[in-house]
Amino acid sequence: MTDNLQLNSEGKLKHFLTIEGLNKSLLTEILDIAESFIGMNDQQIKKVPLLRGKTIVNLFFENSTRTRTTFELAAKRLSADVLSMSISTSSTSKGESLLDTIRNLEAMFVDMFVVRHGISGAAHFIAQQTAPHISVINAGDGQHAHPTQAMLDMFTIRQIKKNFSNLRVAIIGDILHSRVARSQIQALNTLGAAEIRVIAPKTLLPSHVESLGVNVSHNLTAGLKDIDVIIMLRLQKERMSSALLPSESEYFKCFGLTEDKLKIAKPDAIVMHPGPINRGVEIDSKVADGPQSVILKQVSNGIAIRMAIMAMAMQKQGVM
Amino acid sequence: MLEIHDLLNRLEAELKRIIIERQLTDPLMIGIRTGGVWIAEEMHHRFNISEPLGLLDISFYRDDFSQIGVNPNVKPSQLPPQIEGRDIILIDDVFYTGRTIRAALNEIFDYGRPNQVVLAVLIERDGRQIPLCPDCVGASITLNAGQRIKLTGPEPLAIHLQTLDAAA
Repeated sequence: MTDNLQLNSEGKLKHFLTIEGLNKSLLTEILDIAESFIGMNDQQIKKVPLLRGKTIVNLFFENSTRTRTTFELAAKRLSADVLSMSISTSSTSKGESLLDTIRNLEAMFVDMFVVRHGISGAAHFIAQQTAPHISVINAGDGQHAHPTQAMLDMFTIRQIKKNFSNLRVAIIGDILHSRVARSQIQALNTLGAAEIRVIAPKTLLPSHVESLGVNVSHNLTAGLKDIDVIIMLRLQKERMSSALLPSESEYFKCFGLTEDKLKIAKPDAIVMHPGPINRGVEIDSKVADGPQSVILKQVSNGIAIRMAIMAMAMQKQGVM
Repeated sequence: MLEIHDLLNRLEAELKRIIIERQLTDPLMIGIRTGGVWIAEEMHHRFNISEPLGLLDISFYRDDFSQIGVNPNVKPSQLPPQIEGRDIILIDDVFYTGRTIRAALNEIFDYGRPNQVVLAVLIERDGRQIPLCPDCVGASITLNAGQRIKLTGPEPLAIHLQTLDAAA
């Protein structure tokens, strides 16, 4: 499926909803622009005037700390006015429909919505329904996509490994419930990674997983061989409706990343995690805080990548 | 005709004059990407400045973002951590409307508050749109309608006077 909804008539980014349908040159452009925003950290005044006078609303129907705060900081560094709304404090708890909430915010002259929602497709729905001058960024929808997380991960990988063509990347853990994994797989395939390996128990893999362009392993020890980049996923306990695992400690024994298991991968392999981490469930503290971990670098890079995506989505969509 | 070496010599002489006149001490030289950096590299060499040349990319500070969007070829600016209180020589290739310099000053001031800034450009042409002007120039010229000036480089540096096709 090509998601033309995301691009304007000139092929430029209008909404950022999913990695699907975006080509390599556009993804590379996002990474390149983000690279320049990293340089801004040297400035005494960490702000550029690109989105001055624009209003961005963070619409979070689901809890988030990292994503919401880095989106907020990114918007502020672009000089936009930003307000963050979360479901518990909004009138949706009084029964207002999603569309009515959107219409009311539109009436306040909003230019961009950053949306996180528990239902897959929510950001697409808003992008289809909202006024034509408004851009929508998906900050995570159900089990579908989390494209800005995937891009900040690609950025972190490129920062350290320079290019994708020789890289073997392992994505480990709860693939079934992970919108992050879906977006990462699409991004890695588009950017031309040599191999993507998903490593998980059968119960935590979607049934069609090979069709996404990945190799599958059910054994962490065997699966980590020759790996350059290890991406650990959080065990999403809140999304597990049925007993997919015997126990957390059993899971850690088989799929938790420990120092010993890390040694099986290449010696210069990096360890990533989108957060929040469950220490002692999917990852040992010694690995999470160890020298090969780039988990906090990912968080810092989240600001620059979100700045790049917001700036690109707002270009040429100013007041006409 | 505009001869690049004459212009560079003239700019060097002008810079020598202003360094004395404005009492610039230990000046930090900054070039504006892309053409300005080429000129700045030459001046940096001629004045034998040991501190690395500062590189400024003004893409995020342009005033035409809503018309043309983000420059996909933007590169990170590279300025020293200490801008506060410095004497700065800002260098560009062509001074035209003045908008580039406005953007450059805004960016520099986000890194800190310099003591003074002088502006040196290889060529000043007519068409100013905001009240800024260079302190040192290699040459001042007036172009006919449809003409524009372009610098290519870095090796070799060359100036081209182009006449845009009226039908285009």
